[in-house]
Amino acid sequence: MIAIIDYGCGNLRSVENALDRLGCEYRLTADPAEIIAAKKVILPGVGSAAAAMDKLRESGLIPVVKGLRRPVLGICVGMQVLCRDSEEGPAECMGVFDAHVRRFPEDPQAKVPHMGWNQLGNLDGKLFKGMEGGAYVYFVHSYYAGLCNDTVATCRHGNTLFSAALRYENFYGTQFHPEKSGDVGEQILKNFLAL
Amino acid sequence: MVAKRIIPCLDVKDGQVVKGINFVGLKEVGDAVEMGRKYSAEGADELVYLDISASFEGRRTFVDLVGRIAAEINIPFTVGGGISSYEDAARLLDNGADKISVNSAAIAHPELMSQIARQYGSQFVVCAIDAKCIGGRWTATTHGGRNLTDKELFSWAKEAQERGAGEILFTSMDHDGTKAGYPCEVYAKLCESLSIPVIASGGAGTIDHIADVLTLGRADAALAASIFHYGEIPIPVLKQALRQKGISIR
Repeated sequence: MIAIIDYGCGNLRSVENALDRLGCEYRLTADPAEIIAAKKVILPGVGSAAAAMDKLRESGLIPVVKGLRRPVLGICVGMQVLCRDSEEGPAECMGVFDAHVRRFPEDPQAKVPHMGWNQLGNLDGKLFKGMEGGAYVYFVHSYYAGLCNDTVATCRHGNTLFSAALRYENFYGTQFHPEKSGDVGEQILKNFLAL
Repeated sequence: MVAKRIIPCLDVKDGQVVKGINFVGLKEVGDAVEMGRKYSAEGADELVYLDISASFEGRRTFVDLVGRIAAEINIPFTVGGGISSYEDAARLLDNGADKISVNSAAIAHPELMSQIARQYGSQFVVCAIDAKCIGGRWTATTHGGRNLTDKELFSWAKEAQERGAGEILFTSMDHDGTKAGYPCEVYAKLCESLSIPVIASGGAGTIDHIADVLTLGRADAALAASIFHYGEIPIPVLKQALRQKGISIR
């Protein structure tokens, strides 16, 4: 069973649909026992990192998530809340990944939000098995995690090279939306589910 | 670098895609999910579905259809047409649409965009503007260009951005349907004045027209309907040609 953490932070529908397309069973849940028992955990998130952290705190899920030993995938803001902190709010985050989340600088050549299809580079590890650098995935975000020791994929927006994906031990995070990234995204989700 | 997007637009009536009128006067229709899947497989970067149903029944069918599209299609899609209230928009987003596009309703109630953006985020709100040039002033219109409004394109687009729109979809009613190309200088001016992406729509007849609006016109995306529906310019051919011109394309 796969747990999609349902902590009242936006629409989980697209993640559910993606898992349905892959034919896997999942549950939407905020129940710590169910989350701990799950084989894989997905932490989605839209909106701001500060709002997402507030919701996680209210649900009492922060120690639960940080303590997970099975593969966890944070998507978009779900990845950002696993970082150290975020300028958006600002917010202290869970500190699993050794990255700070910052706002993209004003740049007429690189509009904010960074929205649309962009290329991955420096792919590292099992999440990107069977893929080559240059693959396009779908992004929608105004804040980014900088490069750090946990970076396992990069992307460039204007002059900013940032972490498109992070990994620390059993924790994975993608800034992009694999559930909206066509066949490439589907492969990444399959790779995560096969961990 | 973010790729320039190519977006087919599908008009939906009572749950079916309407491809216009053919030479014997019959409406050609297609299944909305099937057509979306085909375009997605061909390399479309996003899809836009516009509900042109006039009836209550048709609108309800569209909401169900949005749920089916979201279940089947693995690229982002925008829905529009007939969104007149926050509740209409919320219903579509909750059924899995990635963005909603508002036009007349935004002109009548500009606060609608702020309301949706506050709840869902700016990236969910596309402000569509149909404008025509009248005595040198680009005037926003509604009802397919029939009704003039008091809004001027550049200031209205700016206001939409400030109110929380995440994208502007600008159609020149003077160029729409002509297949003679886009008003690139107008797009360039619009793109320069905004910090959010601009989608160009209406007027494309050739690959060069699309290349021009993405380069000279500085548009972030190009949307078209008939050139794709009738196979005049297949998406893979278009994207390959744009790539050869050095344009960043997925």
